[in-house]
Amino acid sequence: MLHVRNLKMYYEVGSSYVRAIDGVSFSLGKAETLGIVGESGCGKSSLAATLLKLLPSNARILDGEIIFNGIDLVKLPEERMRKEIRWKNISIIFQGSMSALNPVMKVGDQIAEAILAHEDGVTKREALERATEILGLVGLDKSVAKRYPFELSGGQRQRAMIAMALVLRPKIVVADEPTTALDVIVQAQVLKLLESLREKLGLSLILISHDISVVSEISDRVAVMYAGKIVELGPAESVLLKPAHPYTRLLIEAVPSVKGARKTLKHIPGQPPDLSNPPPGCRFHPRCPYATDECRSREPELVEVEKGHYVACHLAGGAG
Amino acid sequence: MSAALVRAEGLRKWFPVRRGLGDALRRRPPLFLKAVDGVSFEVKEREVFCLVGESGCGKTTTGRLLLRLEEPTSGAVLFEGKNIFELEGEELKEFRRKAQIVFQDPYESLNPTMKVVDIVTEPLAIHGLLNGRDDKLEAAAKALEEVALTPPENFLYRYPHELSGGQRQRVAIARAMILKPKFIVADEPVSMLDVSIRAGILKLMLDLRERYGVAYLFITHDLALAKHIGDRIAVMYLGKIVEVGGVEQVIDNPLHPYTKALVAAIPSPDPREKIGAIPVIGEIPSPVNAPLGCRFHPRCPYATEECRRREPELVEVEKGHYVACHLYSH
Repeated sequence: MLHVRNLKMYYEVGSSYVRAIDGVSFSLGKAETLGIVGESGCGKSSLAATLLKLLPSNARILDGEIIFNGIDLVKLPEERMRKEIRWKNISIIFQGSMSALNPVMKVGDQIAEAILAHEDGVTKREALERATEILGLVGLDKSVAKRYPFELSGGQRQRAMIAMALVLRPKIVVADEPTTALDVIVQAQVLKLLESLREKLGLSLILISHDISVVSEISDRVAVMYAGKIVELGPAESVLLKPAHPYTRLLIEAVPSVKGARKTLKHIPGQPPDLSNPPPGCRFHPRCPYATDECRSREPELVEVEKGHYVACHLAGGAG
Repeated sequence: MSAALVRAEGLRKWFPVRRGLGDALRRRPPLFLKAVDGVSFEVKEREVFCLVGESGCGKTTTGRLLLRLEEPTSGAVLFEGKNIFELEGEELKEFRRKAQIVFQDPYESLNPTMKVVDIVTEPLAIHGLLNGRDDKLEAAAKALEEVALTPPENFLYRYPHELSGGQRQRVAIARAMILKPKFIVADEPVSMLDVSIRAGILKLMLDLRERYGVAYLFITHDLALAKHIGDRIAVMYLGKIVEVGGVEQVIDNPLHPYTKALVAAIPSPDPREKIGAIPVIGEIPSPVNAPLGCRFHPRCPYATEECRRREPELVEVEKGHYVACHLYSH
């Protein structure tokens, strides 16, 4: 469905580069959910923006390819990206539904506008009908089409955002922190909705979140990002139950679980590196309790430790 | 059992909703947003008391009332036995020394134009407890060591923007601790921080309790977090406490249908555990027009005629575990 190979996207800041995405490779299968988890500044939202080439003017895709249906999106001119790919084939759900929706336009009109902008020979009325229909698909009442975003609750707005992302029947949806601003009950409802839509429509989903529990809930495979790189990638059960990278392991230990006995939560000392000047070798080595001289000097590659489970750590397989 | 340090009694805070001229001319009755609507509980000495609920449930307003950062519409807060809303002069100053706050967002709660040394010693300056420059430096250095910003020389002369989020929150905690308070309201103190550094801040707060016997009102939306750091927990819904008890009592064995739904909705980091059915209907209504009877009844799958008519009181169901629900009052 989608193959990303050695993708590098840096932000140009003055005379230096912030290495937001620094050699990321993964693939996404049909009707599969890939969860991407990482902390703030790890490059996960930059990755979402790069996949759709919705980048600010100082962003540079320096290397790598994004292959969709045999086409390399990195090389595709903006005109074709806009006409053929974005929204039609790959769409995105942003995190702040209040800021992503136009506040002075009725919800139905906004969705209809997306249809009219991308499809030829559709009348305004047909577009509005389809907009109303898609609102029903995401569990909203048809009357929502005639309302303004401020008249909706946070959960309803997020559903409207999802409706907009789906209205052109894309094959891939990138959801960037789709539940972060929501309360826990609404979050659960939105996650269930995404899961059911994926099944019903055969969508492929890339779910980006800082919350390992959110990713765990609906992902088939999980990628863990740290400092612009994927450090671990594999089937959800394998990565989350048998984490091989020390960062993944420590991150899971830092998450409080509502089930089971009370425990002392552990934190990871230090903080993520400055991506304009990342440390040599493994980027996690300054915070890693197991770091060796090799970790300080040589960068680890992703290696397969189990079928489909990849880890970028010098210690994985052996001591890990 | 240790004594009550802070006791809220029938606290209410109603905010008037702005009305237009038309409303007044038509003699429409005034509307109130009932942020806190009859809340009673106590925080014991050295206790971590968690106040949880979704956005808009009134937990932050409750915290602000406990520090007299808001004046209540009615009700009282007793701190060491005295109603804080009646304190004046020296007594009020003493209360202000003993009760402090740590805010959610360390990017906004620290003055960006002040250096760390001035930020953490500002409470001393306000209360006239500083004697010259050396005294201030010494006090600031000691305060920074308490929150593990060491060596203090590396932090004293820095501005907030030079620090990470975790370091800023440590500065905010140092500022709150410098007057050796007995009570701290911590309003979502780690929700802006990354998971990998949260646990460090929480551990620091618990260590400070061990060292100085400070009690916390810990306001959070995160029940999983409350379970791991709290002693007791109260669950708020639309301005009311619906359930209160020991953290394990309430989270492992929730009784109120709302608490049950909250616990059921929490995703697990274990991919084998999935969120099941969430027994709740719709979304939280506006606190301006809270439903009559039990406020949760329009969303409750078990609601009866009684729930629609009569508001339930908190009743003790097992030792120390209270719930406000008609299903348990018979």
